[in-house]
Amino acid sequence: MRRRAGVGAIQKQKLEQEKYREKGSEIQENQFQQMSKQLEVFRENLEEFATKHKNEIKKNAQFRRQFQEMCAAIGVDPLASGKGFWSVLGIGDFYYELGVQIVEVCLATNYKNGGLITLDELRSRLVAARGRAKKHQDITNEDLLAAVKKLRIFGNGFTVINIGKGKWLVQSVPGELNLDQTLVLQKANTLGTAWISSSILTGDLGWNETRAQNALNYMVKEGLAWIDTQDSTETLYWFPSMFAECVSA
Amino acid sequence: MDRFEYIEARLFEGENYLKREKNVKIYDGDDKTQYVDGEVVLTTHRILWGKPGDIPKGLTCLSLPLYYVFCLEEESGGVFGLGGPKRIILHLGPALPGKRPGPAVVSPYHFVKFSFKDGIDPLFYKALSDAVNAKAWERSTPLTSPSSESAVTSSRPPVAPVNSKIRSGIVGIERSIEEQHRATDESISVAFQDLRKLMEKAKEMVSISKTISAKIREKQGDISEDDTVRFKSYLMSLGIDDPVTRDTFRSDSDYYVGLAQQISDMMVAVLMDCGGIMSLADVWCRVNRARGLELISPEDLLNACKLLQTIGAPMSLRKFPSGACVLQLNSQRDEEVARSTSQLREENGTLTPVKLSQLANVSVLLARERLFTTERLGLACRDESIEGLAFYPNLFLTKA
Repeated sequence: MRRRAGVGAIQKQKLEQEKYREKGSEIQENQFQQMSKQLEVFRENLEEFATKHKNEIKKNAQFRRQFQEMCAAIGVDPLASGKGFWSVLGIGDFYYELGVQIVEVCLATNYKNGGLITLDELRSRLVAARGRAKKHQDITNEDLLAAVKKLRIFGNGFTVINIGKGKWLVQSVPGELNLDQTLVLQKANTLGTAWISSSILTGDLGWNETRAQNALNYMVKEGLAWIDTQDSTETLYWFPSMFAECVSA
Repeated sequence: MDRFEYIEARLFEGENYLKREKNVKIYDGDDKTQYVDGEVVLTTHRILWGKPGDIPKGLTCLSLPLYYVFCLEEESGGVFGLGGPKRIILHLGPALPGKRPGPAVVSPYHFVKFSFKDGIDPLFYKALSDAVNAKAWERSTPLTSPSSESAVTSSRPPVAPVNSKIRSGIVGIERSIEEQHRATDESISVAFQDLRKLMEKAKEMVSISKTISAKIREKQGDISEDDTVRFKSYLMSLGIDDPVTRDTFRSDSDYYVGLAQQISDMMVAVLMDCGGIMSLADVWCRVNRARGLELISPEDLLNACKLLQTIGAPMSLRKFPSGACVLQLNSQRDEEVARSTSQLREENGTLTPVKLSQLANVSVLLARERLFTTERLGLACRDESIEGLAFYPNLFLTKA
């Protein structure tokens, strides 16, 4: 076969290439669907194996590592013990596993909730990430509370607050590591007003009411903010540290 | 050039050696490449190119699967056509997704040339064109395991070669992809039959799982939309190879020392990333995720952390006045903190807790504590006013 020449040949070649590209993306799309299917199969199987064969997997060091690698790649949680007879007595891994998963949910979400999460939300997130099996759905708020209790020896960096009516709030970031107040001050600084209100925080920073109020109350307590109730709509919080700057500006 | 793959020079199952040529140069389209004076081996499935002597040794070489080739031609020789044709032009189909990495990721050309210093051996050209037409790859399944392969061949009558010959380029490619998928499906289902099988095939399954998740990430950004699942998979990927367990130690105290060492090794990088300080609950979660199934209790972690200082680790346990326990790098120790804080103070004239918190990106509470520490060590003086607390240089040190 000799090479063809001329404009016609070039156009033909272009057309051909176009077709190849189309075909290529079609093949890719197809492949993606296949891969998604295989991902599902992997997930189901890994979840099942994690539940059924935990002890055998634990025993074999090399395989344990490989199993973990697979779980990490697919996003399956290898910690899936059921609440057995012994866990009632606080023996066994069930509550430790839950504990790890609880802290994990808090860590994964604290970029948007500042380390405050309701127990109900925590539970639904935890259950969803744990797996699809029926027994994971049976984890109750009481189980979570029992698991959190084991973290008490870390001091009060990780606490559960009762907010009444059977509702609980989990606080995962200790005050010393909480950057919310810094964010509040930054916000006031950019507004250039030396004061801020809860509605500004919820509106502009996307915080929920509890988080905003928590941060503000804390700052009042620490003497960083002063309360002003003269505004008819809501309470304002003034920052004396910014007075001078505002006057001179 | 983007169709080439790096691979060790070994034949696949069902692949046969056909012919070999020396002094071969590769062109990417019309452009010269660095691949000159090499050796080419033609098999029923591929063309391999390697530095002289590499291919017989089984070292890494370039491989071009023949299913990319949909037509070939000889390029006529120099200006006067002396010495006969020296180059073979291979026109190639589009690069397939899922191919191994090769020397080029993209190429503007849809053809490559092999240039033979000593002219094209007509026998080589014929063998190549026969191999391309024979489409040997359509008759074998590349990824199947030995057990399932025998099952396939016995259950399925051999495909009539006439039938497969009719299939041209792209259909052939599509079919081979399909086969590959089927083979993968099959090997997954075989591997997950029971634990023993999975252990045997663990290595293969690990690589399949990684390929799948890499593909999915490529397409939709991540394996899951769930924050928690993503974070989980990240934490687990930082696994510890050989977690310290209680059984391997004679006494509890030895166990805690071993554990402390491992925690320290693992957490150094993490702590550096997140500002040098982390609450113990976070540490516990991360350590356990890295350990996988060998969980440690909060008590064990606390006991191990208490020993961090005695084993000379670059971090230590610390309890805040509020009662919260944290793990912090030694660079956060009092003297260090005072030094760095007073340096920041020098740069800024005065410092308030609020200002420091913004400069150092720590909480106001921690910033204030750092200033108190600095003051206690004599590197700053406080000024308490209605506007709050501010710190000034300690002139008693310098002016007295």
